[in-house]
Amino acid sequence: MAKVKRISEFFVDRDESKCIRCQACVRMCSNDVHIYDEEGDLIRSDDLKCVGCHFCEEICPTGAITIRRNQSEIKENYHWKKEYVYDIIKQAETGGVILTGMGCDKLYKNYFDHILLNASQVTNPSIDPLREPMELKTFIGKKPDKVEYNIENGKISLKTEIPPQLELETPIIFTAMSFGSISLNALKSLAIAAKNFGTYWNTGEGGLPEELYPYADRCIVQVASGRFGVNIDYLERAAAIEIKIGQGAKPGIGGHLPGEKVSEEISRTRMIPESTDALSPAPHHDIYSIEDLKQLIFALKEATQYKKPVGVKIAAVHNVAPIASGIVRAGADYVAIDGIRGGTGAAPKVIRDNVGIPIEIAIAVVDTRLREEGIRNKASIIAAGGFRKSSDVIKAIALGADAVYIGTAALISLGCHLCQKCYTGKCNWGIATQDPYLTKRLNPEIGAKRAYNLLRAWSLEIKEMLGGMGINSIESLRGNREQLRGIDLSDMELKYLGIKHVGEAW
Amino acid sequence: MGCRLCEVYCITQHSKTRDIIKTYKGKGPKPLSGLYFEEIGHISFAIQCRHCEDAPCIEACLTGAMFREKETEAVLHNKEKCVGCWMCVMVCPFGVIKVDIENKKVASKCDLCIESEFPACVENCPNEAIILVDEKGEKIEKK
Repeated sequence: MAKVKRISEFFVDRDESKCIRCQACVRMCSNDVHIYDEEGDLIRSDDLKCVGCHFCEEICPTGAITIRRNQSEIKENYHWKKEYVYDIIKQAETGGVILTGMGCDKLYKNYFDHILLNASQVTNPSIDPLREPMELKTFIGKKPDKVEYNIENGKISLKTEIPPQLELETPIIFTAMSFGSISLNALKSLAIAAKNFGTYWNTGEGGLPEELYPYADRCIVQVASGRFGVNIDYLERAAAIEIKIGQGAKPGIGGHLPGEKVSEEISRTRMIPESTDALSPAPHHDIYSIEDLKQLIFALKEATQYKKPVGVKIAAVHNVAPIASGIVRAGADYVAIDGIRGGTGAAPKVIRDNVGIPIEIAIAVVDTRLREEGIRNKASIIAAGGFRKSSDVIKAIALGADAVYIGTAALISLGCHLCQKCYTGKCNWGIATQDPYLTKRLNPEIGAKRAYNLLRAWSLEIKEMLGGMGINSIESLRGNREQLRGIDLSDMELKYLGIKHVGEAW
Repeated sequence: MGCRLCEVYCITQHSKTRDIIKTYKGKGPKPLSGLYFEEIGHISFAIQCRHCEDAPCIEACLTGAMFREKETEAVLHNKEKCVGCWMCVMVCPFGVIKVDIENKKVASKCDLCIESEFPACVENCPNEAIILVDEKGEKIEKK
C-alpha cells in the first residue's frame, strides 16, 4: 500500500448530554482536532490530530470532553510493541528520523523507586520541622580546602577567601530551558518564581531576553556550542555561568531551532538574523580536551573578574566519573550532570531513549570518584534529569548531589501534560511554542505562583523527611548514603549506588 | 486567549436556572451575554460596561431606567422603566450596551453580577485576563 492508514493514538470522547456547543474546544485546539459543523449543530473530532495534551478537557466548561487512549489494538506482542510498529510504518512512509520531545519514557529501572529512606527511632530523636528550625540553605560553588581565621579582641574574622557561591534557599533550581524552546511567558514564570523563592533559574542556550533583565541576578546563563546571545553584558548580568557540553535527553547531539521559531525577539536575544535556523553544533568546536575546557572556564572567569561561579553541564554517559573529575580539575565551580530521563524540546527518539545512564547511578559514581580523589570540595554537583517528586530530590542529595535541576516538573506546574510534542511548536499550554496566539495562554503571573508553590511544597516535604531522619540541615544529609537502603537491587547495583540493602544495619 | 468562556459564564449567570447545561440545552430563552468579545488575529479581549464615574448613559436616559446602584456604585438598568429610545446605546463611549430590537428595549449590559458575590466572567476566566478593579485600579479578589 502506498499509504497505510494511520491509527489515532487518542480519541475524543464527547458526552453529548453535556456539550453545549460553546465551541471553546474548537477555538482553542492548535491541532484543529475539534470541528464545528454548523449544518447539524454538531462538534466533530478529528482524532488523528489529537496529541493528548488535554487542553480541551481543561477548558471545556461542562466537562463534556474526555481524552482517551485509542483502544484499537494490534495483537499483543511483548517484543513488537505498538509504538515500534507504528514508528516503522511512519518511517516507511517518510524515510526520516523520528523526532520527539520531553525525556526518555522507556521502562529502564528507576533507581529512585528502589531506594528507601531512613527515620529515627529511640536511639536518636526525630525533629518536628514545624516547631524547630530546619535548614535547606545550600551553597553552590568551590569550597576552600580549609578555613583559617583570625581572633582579635574576641572577634572572629575569616582569613581564607571564600570563592564565589550561589546561595539557594532550597536545593532546587529551574534547569536550562532556552528562550526558543519554551516561550517567554514560561521562562518569565520560572524567573519570577525563582527570584521570589530565593533560588535560581537558567537561561539555557538561548540568551537572556531583555524582558527578563530584572531577574538576571537570580539567573544562571549558559554558554553553549552555538554561543547564542553571549556577550560581556550577558555574562555580567548573570549570577553564574554554565558551559553546556551536553544534555541528558540527547548526549552527543547538537540542537536545531527551526527558522520559523526565530521571531524578531528571539533573533535579538540570540543575536542571529530573523527566521534563520539556530544551529547548536554537537561539540564546542574549540573544546576537544579537558585542557581546552579549562581555557574556556578561565576565559569566562577572567571576563567576569572571578566574581561568579563557572560551572559545566554534561550528560551522564558511561565515562561520567572520570569526565567529571577532569572538569573539576579544570577549575569548574560546579558540575551539572543530566541523566537519561532529562527532557528536551526536540531530539531524535532513538537518541533520547537509548543514550546515557540514569542520574541516580551517575550522582553516586561521580560523588564517590571526587571523594576518592580528595577533590569533592572543589566543586558542587547539581543533578538533573527526571526529578518527579521531593523524595527523588532528597534521595539525590543523600547520594551525593548538592542540588538538583528540575525542568519537566517545573513545566508540569505551568500546565504541561507530557504529550511530547514540544518540537511541533504547537503547544496548547503556551509553553513550548512561539506562536503569539498560544503563548498568551500562559499568564506569567499565574505561572509564577504555581511554580513558586511547587518549590514551596517540595521544600516543606523535604523538611518533613529530614526531620524524620533526625537531621536539621540539608548539609548534613549531603552524601550521607547511610540514610539510604536499596530494595530489589543486585549486588552490582548496590555497589555503584554505594548503598546497603534493606535489612542491613549501620 | 480567545476561549470566550466569559460569555458562556455570563449567559449562565443571567439565566433563570444558573445551571450551565440547562441554560444552553433547556427549552427556555437564553439571555444575551453582558459583554462583547473582540478578536483580531491573536489579539482578543472581552469588554463590558466600565461603570463610568460620570456615566453618559445615565445622563441620557429619559426615564431613569439607567441608574446608579447606591451601595456598589454600579451602573444598572431597569427593564420595567426602559422605553427603548436607545439613547444610552448612542452615547456609550465603549459601545457595550446590547439592544433588543423585537421588544424595543435595552437587552443586556454588564451588571457586575450584582445578585451574586462576584462577577462570573472574572471568576471563571481561565487565564485571569478579566480582573475586577476598584476606582484606583487596584485588584479586587473574591472573598
